[in-house]
Amino acid sequence: MTLTTALALGQTALKLGLICSLTVLALFLSYSMLNVCDLSTDGCFTLGAAVGAAVAISGHPFLSIIAAMLAGVCSGLVTAVLQTKMGVDSLLAGIIVNTGLYSINIAVMGGSSLLNMNKTTTVFTMMKDLLAETPLAGQTEIVIALIAVACVVAFLVFFLKTRLGLAIRATGNNADMVKSSSINPVFTTIAGLCVANAFTGLSGCLLAQSQKSVDINIGQGMVTIALASLLIGGTVMGRGGIFARAVGMVLGSFIFRLVYTIALRFNMPAFMLKLVSSIIVVLAISGPYLKKQWPQIKRRLTHKKGGI
Amino acid sequence: MLKLNHISKTFNPGTVNEKTAIKDLSLHLKKGDFATIIGSNGAGKSTLFNAICGDFLTDSGSVVLDGVDITFQPQHVRAKNIGRLYQDPMRGSAPGMTIEENLALAAGSGGWLSHVSKADKKQFREQLALLDIGLEDRMTQPVGLLSGGQRQALTLLMATMVPPKLLLLDEHTAALDPGTAEKVLALTKRIVEENNLTCLMITHNMQSALELGNRILMMDSGDIVLDISGSERDGLTVDGLLEKFNAGAGKKLDNDRILLSRKK
Repeated sequence: MTLTTALALGQTALKLGLICSLTVLALFLSYSMLNVCDLSTDGCFTLGAAVGAAVAISGHPFLSIIAAMLAGVCSGLVTAVLQTKMGVDSLLAGIIVNTGLYSINIAVMGGSSLLNMNKTTTVFTMMKDLLAETPLAGQTEIVIALIAVACVVAFLVFFLKTRLGLAIRATGNNADMVKSSSINPVFTTIAGLCVANAFTGLSGCLLAQSQKSVDINIGQGMVTIALASLLIGGTVMGRGGIFARAVGMVLGSFIFRLVYTIALRFNMPAFMLKLVSSIIVVLAISGPYLKKQWPQIKRRLTHKKGGI
Repeated sequence: MLKLNHISKTFNPGTVNEKTAIKDLSLHLKKGDFATIIGSNGAGKSTLFNAICGDFLTDSGSVVLDGVDITFQPQHVRAKNIGRLYQDPMRGSAPGMTIEENLALAAGSGGWLSHVSKADKKQFREQLALLDIGLEDRMTQPVGLLSGGQRQALTLLMATMVPPKLLLLDEHTAALDPGTAEKVLALTKRIVEENNLTCLMITHNMQSALELGNRILMMDSGDIVLDISGSERDGLTVDGLLEKFNAGAGKKLDNDRILLSRKK
């Protein structure tokens, strides 16, 4: 592998890693903080992509981003209301919303399963024109993704320290405590899921606009990818304050994409990619666990060999 | 301050597991009353607290706190006026959050998007220092690192930070070692006195039931069978209390822990 290909690989990984890290940050809020495994992520990601594309095609590049985030909020609201107000188990609520969103997403895309944005003005094309004469020309996607990630990380660091943020964290951290305090767990769950899904929607919107098309399957497997990144990020930077952990999420997303793109280079057929992501998830989860178990295993082995 | 009017609660009605946990119970606590509650296992002590806090709706009767009928108020709304400590020290604070963040939640001042200010931090520090267990120098550490006693002391501070109209203590020292239990109990006494809190405390320790507060309630089969206060309570011994219980409930007290705790 030459240096140029390595650089190109790193660049792709960085671009995808940054854009998808928004979904990882969303799960950081819902999964790590609120302790809800939001399985509607796949559908919500596609919803953000579809809504963003539809609005951008109709000629509103900036509005498309806001619209995608609002769509995410709505999706999160439905998931949250199902599990807090209507007695649906939280995993099931996510699956149900995910299923329902499939129809909604196709409806948003005007009945087709593919939307093309080749001639559409998006924030990416606008930024490209803006950066045309600067040294950053050609890095449009990374610049935009970086701005988005910086905004979301800054928001999370601010948000999770507010009273609402603290209440959301307490809801996920000790449900018993919240039950006997004046925090309403219904409200914190709804607020947390709405905010988280706004980021998922944003993530989908940016991915679609950067690759200039939306496919109904754009979000498939996103929850697995995001969880893998989240776990990798937690292993890399699990300790420390909210800021360090949020940066860890972004790093995790990048590392995952790097492994993923490298796997692609080994002439692997495209259909094997989902298996690769599953294996990475398993490694990310079991790695730290097995590492913790290792001293015990070693101790047992030496004991068997007649040692102490 | 607290008025319970003929409240009842039956769990699993109409099944073989039917259990009447509270039977036509009435209680009137005056402002500043500190009543200790003792009773057999399954007498309905904790269920009584659950009824007051709104863990479930009572089948009949009403709960009135400071003149407001809270019978149908949701739990988190009542919690604004009721502080509660459980036997398990792990239940009252969030282990993954720092001491400061836990206190900020308990203080509950400001809007949803407000941050902890410097003044808040200074106030938290001062209040932690009053606990006298060195927590004021560990404000940015996660609560999960504290011992059971430290966590219970912190929970006590959190529950009383904004003085509640009613403080409910559910054997809150039972899971602690004797030395720590004594310290937390002394702390409880001081905080209740300083804020002139109205307080109900479940205990299995007859001695502390006699020493603390101004009123003793004895529960049996979901009702209050004895209510001793004033001159009748002064000079009462543990044996005298047991005798009164036997007379009141018409049977012997069968709480092992109570009987064992007498022996020291």
